Amino acid sequence: MNRTRPLVVGIESSCDETGVGIVRGDTLLANTVSSSMDEHVRFGGVIPEIASRAHLDAFIPTLEQALDTAGVTLDEVDALAVTSGPGLAGALMVGVCAAKALSLATGKPLYAINHLVAHVGVGVLDGGVLPENLGALLVSGGHTEILRVRSLTDDVELLGSTIDDAAGEAYDKVARILGLGYPGGPAIDKLAREGDPMRIRFPRGLSQPKYMGSAQAPGPHRYDWSFSGLKTAVARCVEQFEAAGEPLPVADIAASFQEAVADVITAKAMLACTEQGISNLLLGGGVAANSRLRALTEERCAAHGISLRVPPVSLCTDNGAMVAALGAQVVMAGGQPSGIEFAPDSSMPVTSVHL
Amino acid sequence: MLILSVDTSAIASAALLTGQGETLAAFATEDTRSHAEVLAPGIGKIMTTADVTGADIDALVVGVGPGPFTGLRSGIATARSLAFAWDKPLHGVMSLDAIAVDAALDAWRAGVDEFVVATDARRKEVYWARYRSTGGTHELLDGPHVSAPSEVPDLPAYGMGAGLYPQQLRRVTEYSGTQPTAEALGRTAIVKLAKGLDLLDTAPLYLRESDAKIPGPRKRAL
Repeated sequence: MNRTRPLVVGIESSCDETGVGIVRGDTLLANTVSSSMDEHVRFGGVIPEIASRAHLDAFIPTLEQALDTAGVTLDEVDALAVTSGPGLAGALMVGVCAAKALSLATGKPLYAINHLVAHVGVGVLDGGVLPENLGALLVSGGHTEILRVRSLTDDVELLGSTIDDAAGEAYDKVARILGLGYPGGPAIDKLAREGDPMRIRFPRGLSQPKYMGSAQAPGPHRYDWSFSGLKTAVARCVEQFEAAGEPLPVADIAASFQEAVADVITAKAMLACTEQGISNLLLGGGVAANSRLRALTEERCAAHGISLRVPPVSLCTDNGAMVAALGAQVVMAGGQPSGIEFAPDSSMPVTSVHL
Repeated sequence: MLILSVDTSAIASAALLTGQGETLAAFATEDTRSHAEVLAPGIGKIMTTADVTGADIDALVVGVGPGPFTGLRSGIATARSLAFAWDKPLHGVMSLDAIAVDAALDAWRAGVDEFVVATDARRKEVYWARYRSTGGTHELLDGPHVSAPSEVPDLPAYGMGAGLYPQQLRRVTEYSGTQPTAEALGRTAIVKLAKGLDLLDTAPLYLRESDAKIPGPRKRAL
């Protein structure tokens, strides 16, 4: 196997995106994504069984297109990589079975890759080697985490995460309350630009002293987030306007909600970075596309002397290229293949970069 | 001719068969919930046992259900990916046929013309289909369906579904634990391929929609 600039096919199926990406070393050759998002719109959120059915239908066409775009054949590939977790169990199963079969059929080694760490690893495709003293802020429909990355391939630590809803999930729920449709992120982001973010002070979850503690004596949730109370606060706010017979200031509510999310995410991320000696931050996940989260992260990183790296949106949302990118890094670092007997792990911890 | 057959509609199984229906190697689990882990290694082992490579295989067949969703997809995703990588034809077979092929012979010996095959659909339901036995050969008359056991026609019933609901189904005792296997599935496919009959495509027969409900209006606290 070529461990210098390996040609790696990466497969992603942990949520509603079927992704196949192909990289050579840290160079992106193809990033083909088929999304079942349209099928989830009427439900206001991702339905795991519908997503799993869509993965099965989309996988081979997505693979064919990625190979075609990259201009390579399976025979030329050095290694295969697949997301083995965390994610929706039934959805993961489709990508994992397909990847194992490809490995069996071609004799190519298979690497079972952590989806969250892959969101960090994708950074190498846009700007090359990741800096030292690295932290990663991952915000998506399924995740909200701050990680310390000592080594992309074998030393990743979870510093904090949401204890209930992911930030993107809160966007979807609030969009439903405000009648803005699914997915909620882009709709709220757009409307928020016309609203007053200071009109309503929505709660910043887990910010009270009993949760925060101090740098010397950290509380139980110093770097953690909670968004379920925020969603409820928006619902109560809407009801109060309705009960008073007043027109709903939808744009102001959207802006105030977005401000609360961006504020608490970045405030806690900055706290984690400054206290943990992190001087370089990577922002990833689908919510990295949110204009206010990006702006506030940039502003606060600059204020704290932290360098910020944000991959292009097509690499931030779920995709196969990130799996291929991290797979290639593991191959280059001399990592052992995972074989074809592993089980997908819907709650795979970030400490497990690959199986 | 060499066929690789895969079925995960209940248990996970795979088999290599010749054009004469002779089994070269086969594997099957007891378990119905570990398909994603065991299937690919199982296929690898039978290929090693039979000393066969992908290039030696002429066609693949896969059971398209009905069966519990996640397990069923494991087999179809695996078979489609193998067929793609090896560039070999892939056909689908309705999984209940894998029980019917042997049940038809038993029914014929017992002097029975029509019978049903039933497997476990979970949620107190069975997947079932109605067949005719003509001189020991099965012919699908109706199905597959998913329903409460009480709605299955009152005919001799073969398969695990009959074993699970002996009060509602007229179970044939010796077949009351029988599950579809890739080996039996492969035999039915070979008969059809030899006769030049069409097989199915590999679209899964879920028979049920996802349980998702369109959300209702927001609950109010005030």
